[in-house]
Amino acid sequence: MKPFAALLDRLIYTPSRNAKVALIAEYFRQAPDPDRGWGLAALTGGLDFKGVKAGTVRGLAMERVDPTLFAWSYDFVGDLAETTALIWPERLSNRAWPGLSEVVDRLSGAQRSEAPEIVADWLDTLDATGRWALLKLITGGLRVGVSARLAKVALAAYADAEPAEIEELWHGLEPPYTELFAWLDGDGPRPSLEDKPVFRPAMLAHPLEEGEIAGLDAAAYVAEWKWDGIRVQISSRGGETRLYSRTGDDIGRAFPDVLDHVTFEGVLDGELLVVIEGEVRPFNELQQRLNRKTVTGAMLKKYPAFVRLYDILFDGREDLRALAFSERRNRLEGFYARAAPRRMDVSQVVEFRDFAELEALRVSSRGTATEGLMLKRQDSPYVAGRPKGLWYKWKRGPLTLDTVLMYAQRGHGKRSSFYSDFTFGAWRSSPETGEDEVVPVGKAYFGFTDEDLKHLDKWVRDHTLHRYGPVREVERGLVLEVAFDSVHRSPRHKSGVAMRFPRIARIRWDKPPGEADRLETLERLIE
Amino acid sequence: MTAPKPESWIEVRPTGLYVRPGDFHVDPTRAVGRAVITHGHADHARAGHAAVAATAETLAIMAVRYGAEPEQAKQALLPGAMLSIGDVSVTLYPAGHVLGSAQVLLEHKGSRVVVSGDYKRRQDPTCAPFEPVPCDVFVTEATFGLPVFRHPDDRDEIAKLLNSVRMFPDRCHVIGAYALGKAQRMIALLREAGWDRPIYLHGALQNLCDLYRAHGVDLGDLRPATAGQKGVPRDDFKGEIVLAPPSAIADRWGRRLPDPVVCMASGWMRVRQRAKQRGVELPLIISDHADWDELLQTVEDVDAPEVWITHGREEALVHAITATGRRARALSMVGYDEEEGA
Repeated sequence: MKPFAALLDRLIYTPSRNAKVALIAEYFRQAPDPDRGWGLAALTGGLDFKGVKAGTVRGLAMERVDPTLFAWSYDFVGDLAETTALIWPERLSNRAWPGLSEVVDRLSGAQRSEAPEIVADWLDTLDATGRWALLKLITGGLRVGVSARLAKVALAAYADAEPAEIEELWHGLEPPYTELFAWLDGDGPRPSLEDKPVFRPAMLAHPLEEGEIAGLDAAAYVAEWKWDGIRVQISSRGGETRLYSRTGDDIGRAFPDVLDHVTFEGVLDGELLVVIEGEVRPFNELQQRLNRKTVTGAMLKKYPAFVRLYDILFDGREDLRALAFSERRNRLEGFYARAAPRRMDVSQVVEFRDFAELEALRVSSRGTATEGLMLKRQDSPYVAGRPKGLWYKWKRGPLTLDTVLMYAQRGHGKRSSFYSDFTFGAWRSSPETGEDEVVPVGKAYFGFTDEDLKHLDKWVRDHTLHRYGPVREVERGLVLEVAFDSVHRSPRHKSGVAMRFPRIARIRWDKPPGEADRLETLERLIE
Repeated sequence: MTAPKPESWIEVRPTGLYVRPGDFHVDPTRAVGRAVITHGHADHARAGHAAVAATAETLAIMAVRYGAEPEQAKQALLPGAMLSIGDVSVTLYPAGHVLGSAQVLLEHKGSRVVVSGDYKRRQDPTCAPFEPVPCDVFVTEATFGLPVFRHPDDRDEIAKLLNSVRMFPDRCHVIGAYALGKAQRMIALLREAGWDRPIYLHGALQNLCDLYRAHGVDLGDLRPATAGQKGVPRDDFKGEIVLAPPSAIADRWGRRLPDPVVCMASGWMRVRQRAKQRGVELPLIISDHADWDELLQTVEDVDAPEVWITHGREEALVHAITATGRRARALSMVGYDEEEGA
């Protein structure tokens, strides 16, 4: 428990991804088996203790602490687990801290009525950091800023392995991952994936840079539309089917409309979309269904999910990944004809004679539910990661808008002394007064060079109107040209619109703010 | 003859705690005629009093901060030596807070009141330890007057820091620490833990470190954390420890530091959300104030039947002291800043 508590205590304050990876890798070196495997399970969201809820914790605290003092303390601290951890009366104790595996074993074996007593006994043994970590662990939701993906990247860093190797094994394994650690430490065989619908690491594309197209041989490539949904993988084996995001998160529970009809065995790569009567709907409709653990009947009806298939990795149990793309494509079409899976189709190939024709198609595709085109080498095998020269994404040029800088927020880590997150707005007539005002339309924190950032930071400091903690409101005096992929209606924003992928394209030091764009201009770009 | 009630000869005025039979204030919050000063922090030791009595160290600290103030009458007091001001006897006793910090024992016609100023009960290599003085009324602060504040062992906090320095050799560790007291204590604790590399200082810390050294506190090799090439971090700060006032770190001054791990040494770091709000990456719970247990223990040690609380989380401390059968009362004094120095 001690190394795990120390880890959580560092992670919660650490903004940098690299530093988080270093801290987690260090934990895997320090903690013993099987504790570190339970630690990994906790970080990847794989632990769930049903018997202990917030009410249990409050009840325990009330038995030990003056309720008035507890109430004042809770007001001050603002978090129940932390208040309880800090206020718990310390007793001098020579007892050893429980290991993580002891915590898991005893709590999962305990009756619901026994849990409070067990937890109280541990709280008497631990110090404040240990109590906080224990309460976070058992009440669910560590909230230390670590995704499952990041924990796996850290595990790879610990063992000097590729994250893809871990992803590939991951869904075939169970906590506390003893076999996995044994293999990574060189003390055991690679765990077997037989009969498990595991995730196969995805192949990703490079953005096609301006001018790069001239160097490519048109005949060597196949073009497809780049559909604007999220990349997914459907993996089915031994009667079980899973839906994974491209980073290997299991998102299947929220998409029964796709998974319930799978009868085949195999692994498919595709784009998750909302499709109604054959028409692909805008991304923000799909967004309504993302990041949910479960889904309601109403959602299923309103935003029906669909998968447009791009590739086939396994047909039955036959691994096709070493085959050329053109051969896999034939296998995909053959598979689709045979299995006829519901709520799926095969992504069309876009025919073209030369890149000039393709360019014209790409430009004319604005307004469709695509982000542009994909170019895939006919002879490319399916390679995990982002290999060079095989697949390209050729997005449409972005839309742009001249906006007015409104607020700036200090960044994190290396940017902590810079105002580097910018909220910008567009002009409109105020519905109340009829006078012109600027309303926020988006926020961006990249697209500029380090040199630009120094100038922006200075400008913000010199033109501050108000300070709100880490945020400064600035004079309406600087125009930022913002690039974005598309814009949608959004009732959550004051301006009623939300941009997709906004970034700072240019800083228009020269432009008077009164000449920046109006909200109506942005509204006309809504697709 | 019975002793007069303390509230009959000591009162709270907008200027601070006023001792009527001696016509002087203790730690006045603005310039007054005559003042007795507990310690050198700016909210207790202000400039411009006509006459000041304090320990020699506190007077020296005030001179560093405010210059010589040639118009001012100064009286240096040794701990334990009694001074009569009007009809009041004044005696100073160590408070363990920072170099020169003192409690003030006020005696008037057999009535004894101790104004403790800020104090702590932990061992501190840079100042004399707190001495409990029995009294009728104990006047205390309550900066950490909630039971969630229990400072851990400072050696564990220093070990946490040194472990982080070892883990991130390509980053610089910058510790936000108040210029008077906390900075010197951090340096001394690092030296005790065996850190013998140079420690780099923001310019605002230099004078007070020199003053500590002149009073015999060994701080080892200290160097100025000067900027290198303009706007470019100094690579030679990688793996090193730098101390700065908290406000300087997020400011442009911080750009000389290579990928800094921002640390903050304060009792407030006990509460995670407060540490996070301040952009701290490594909180170090090291305080120059008494924690909750120590506040209650100190009341027991001085065995005062009545306790007055100047500022902080007064209501909780009043509640807890009253529960032990003593009288307790909040003075609700304004003007004492509890943010940075704690």
